[in-house]
Amino acid sequence: MGRRAGLNDRAGCARSTSLPSRFRHRGPIGPRDPDREVGQNDDVDDQQLVAALRAGDESAFRDVVTGYQASMLRLASFHTSTRAVAEEVVQETWLAVIKGLDNFEGRSSFKTWVFAILANRARSRGTRERRSVPFSSLEADEVTPGVPGARFRPPSDRWPGHWSDPPTPWSDVPADRLEGEETRALIFDALRSLPPQQREVMALRDVEGWSAEEVCSLLQISDGNQRVLLHRARGKVRSVLEQSLKGAEVS
Amino acid sequence: MTSYEDLPCAEAVTMVTEYLDGTLATEERAVLERHLVICEFCATYVDQLRETIRLAGTLREEDVPVPLMDVVLEAFREARGT
Repeated sequence: MGRRAGLNDRAGCARSTSLPSRFRHRGPIGPRDPDREVGQNDDVDDQQLVAALRAGDESAFRDVVTGYQASMLRLASFHTSTRAVAEEVVQETWLAVIKGLDNFEGRSSFKTWVFAILANRARSRGTRERRSVPFSSLEADEVTPGVPGARFRPPSDRWPGHWSDPPTPWSDVPADRLEGEETRALIFDALRSLPPQQREVMALRDVEGWSAEEVCSLLQISDGNQRVLLHRARGKVRSVLEQSLKGAEVS
Repeated sequence: MTSYEDLPCAEAVTMVTEYLDGTLATEERAVLERHLVICEFCATYVDQLRETIRLAGTLREEDVPVPLMDVVLEAFREARGT
């Protein structure tokens, strides 16, 4: 239990997925230097990386493709109906990156740029493939996404707004059920059923471990907007889990 | 005044994302934390969201290699090769 490490740690997130290792450890300032400005070294790394790619450095290209591909494929697969289409989207993205290298101006990080291309392509492929979106945004009677108002006591009650149908702790759910393949498939499907922006924000924040700042930069949304989307997405996924895990507790 | 009156559960649950992100104002955070100490139901709700986030993170473990390297490397060579 407990909060996942790195959820709020920009340096940690950037470090884990932003750049291939051979670029991460270069430069005068070590990656573990506590006095280092967050972002500073990344910018230097980014410039070195882009310069190498422009110069046709094949091993730099290999590194960056290898470093990003699992994340890219996962993100694409939240939008597309099959894995094959997700793979196509990843491939198309790299071809677009190769073509666009000379136009990359460094206004965002290289990683954000690549993932923005991926997100646009995955989104449009996804829209073409699937029409219906099962989840609407906030249901009329919900207090917070996934929690209907009927689960709280009415205003006339002695404890208005207090739980009347409270959640049951998951600590009594056996670990192999809670962490099993069924639960993962459920979360994957729940994420895919969310409206595209909610899906992207939760996939990036909670699956890929990106910081709020990076997500805002990629999706071109405000911090407040990002938080609302994340709040809705997490609330709905939690309620799907709650329904599925009901009765799975052992006493 | 009790903390239930300070902050009804129906309101507490709307603050959780900001709470977990550490973006709640200090005062709101203190009110919510007081509520969570005495309200096991909201504490459970917060735990469930933490679990939801943690479990979503386990989707990362599925790292299946993609056989695209040859294709994109070929395109890279064509466009950038010397």
